[in-house]
Amino acid sequence: MPDQKPSDDVPHRDQVDAAEWDRLAALADFRALIAAKRRFIVPATVFFIVYYFALPVLVGYAPRLMAAKVFGVINVAYLFALSQFFMAWIIAVLYVRAASRFDKMARAIVDQYRAKR
Amino acid sequence: MSPSLAMFLGFIAITLWITWWAARRNTGSSAFFAAGRSLKAWQNGIAVAGDYMSAASFLGIAGIIAFQGYDGFLYSVGWLVAYLTVLLLVAEPLRNAGKYTMADVLAYRLSPRPVRAMGALSTLTVSTFYMIAQMVGAGALVSLLLKDAGLSYETAVIGIGVLMIVYVVFGGMLATTWVQIVKAILLMGGTLLLSVLVLRHFNYDLGAFFDAVGHVTYTDAQGNSVTQDFMTPGLRYKPPYGALDLISLGMALILGTAGLPHILVRFYTVPDAQTARKSVVWAMVIIGCFYILTTFLGFGAATIVGRDFIASNGGTNMSAPLLAQALAGDLFFAFISAIAFATILAVVAGLTISASTSFAHDFWTNVLHHGRERHEGEEVRVARVTAFFVGAISIGIAIVLGPNANVAFLVALAFAVAASANLPVILLSLFWRRFNTAGAVCGLATGLASSLALIVLSPSIMKAQAIFPLENPGIVSIPLGFLGAVIGTLLTREPEAERKFTELSVRANTGLGAERATGH
Repeated sequence: MPDQKPSDDVPHRDQVDAAEWDRLAALADFRALIAAKRRFIVPATVFFIVYYFALPVLVGYAPRLMAAKVFGVINVAYLFALSQFFMAWIIAVLYVRAASRFDKMARAIVDQYRAKR
Repeated sequence: MSPSLAMFLGFIAITLWITWWAARRNTGSSAFFAAGRSLKAWQNGIAVAGDYMSAASFLGIAGIIAFQGYDGFLYSVGWLVAYLTVLLLVAEPLRNAGKYTMADVLAYRLSPRPVRAMGALSTLTVSTFYMIAQMVGAGALVSLLLKDAGLSYETAVIGIGVLMIVYVVFGGMLATTWVQIVKAILLMGGTLLLSVLVLRHFNYDLGAFFDAVGHVTYTDAQGNSVTQDFMTPGLRYKPPYGALDLISLGMALILGTAGLPHILVRFYTVPDAQTARKSVVWAMVIIGCFYILTTFLGFGAATIVGRDFIASNGGTNMSAPLLAQALAGDLFFAFISAIAFATILAVVAGLTISASTSFAHDFWTNVLHHGRERHEGEEVRVARVTAFFVGAISIGIAIVLGPNANVAFLVALAFAVAASANLPVILLSLFWRRFNTAGAVCGLATGLASSLALIVLSPSIMKAQAIFPLENPGIVSIPLGFLGAVIGTLLTREPEAERKFTELSVRANTGLGAERATGH
């Protein structure tokens, strides 16, 4: 059971009947939204976790490879670490772009629900 | 009056003005706990970054890189990448499903009293340990920075504690957020300036800078002068357990950030999930730039100031301020010190409000009084009283521990508990239909207990006799937290929790029924 509302902010959200949630969840539009999100989020999460942990694993178990110099004193380890920042930013940008698509799909479902009431 | 003291007082004056301004706008629970849910994405993004860039990162990271080179930079990497977990998995569903705290999400479909009691316990554990670490560090630092003003460690700790109580009790989330924003901008400005000055020292020649990093000379423990390549990994994490410790640290950072209560509460301060998402992106830009710049702060301190000088002038944590002094004199030293002070103050205020919110909302209202306020405004009043006690207790513990206490393990502990106890149950309650109350309680308990136990058995506390060889318990305690949650779930069945998963899923993914902004 969700917690009861304290008195001061009662009217600030949609009240939805219990049966309505099941109906909404069964909509083809909703299932398409969940599938679309999963198609982006699952591979993106797997990728960033593998890419990130490659760094401590290689630093720990392949120190000679990581200490190899690329130019000057700059070595593989430093470049790999630096690339993590760009990896994180790129995934964030890709996610924001994908998410604007998810937003549209979600809005369609909510509009449909509000129109029916 | 010394320039340091003048700048400290200046910052205090600004923050008290913010608190006074916010106090007049704070009416009702949603205003006090969540700034009326009406912050803009950039405002919340800067505040998230501010909450995250604690004294540990500004002073601590600069120090670790200055002393141990590349290995310190690995912290910087983990601290940014961790935000992908927040962005992809946690921020939006949390905003849509909850109200004020992390436990809101758990209580949505599970039996509210047990999960809130455990959630509040875990939140208070993480926040208190994190806060004591900050307070001890802060006290030592402030008394060192204001040596000429004759400030003792005790006075510094009490002063910081009193200020943070004032911000939270009178200004609530709104004041805490704006203090955080001002501080984050100062911190970014200071870091940028410091980095440019490091480059100027090398005549804006990156090649010359990195060449210097490749040949850092210092005196080792035996008193011999050694020259090391600071770009090479392995100066901190050494065999036989270094590699495992590094992976364990990475796990705690990547999974712990999305379980830190003072970061999670930030997503309730915006109007909707879209704004929460945008604020994470803002935070990632700021945090990423900041941590890339730690290259210049840390390596700059190693090459320009040198390990030996830092070690005999206040130790690792003074690396960044001493670098400022070496590059641009006493006034800049005072400015960077004031920024460090602002950083500490803002972070402890953020920790205090998240701990107080959890106690008042989860424990007082929902566990003790079944989700009903007995009279209007009770929840806020309880939170204010809690903030007072949280502050007083932290001041007391920080004074008892004293300025020389080793507090690094407290921060490791906060991240380990967040990753081992909080994150597994947040993820499972959002994404696993079968998950239930027994699983949540069991997961929180095993995550909390195993990370506490492993820290006690680790070299941080037991030194050479350590039973558990790693400083970071994550690699063992995180899987245990997940395992506890899964076993607890599979041993029991809770049809109601499975049925309500549908409701949670629709609400988390569409925002239908989510809390809306109340405005100011």
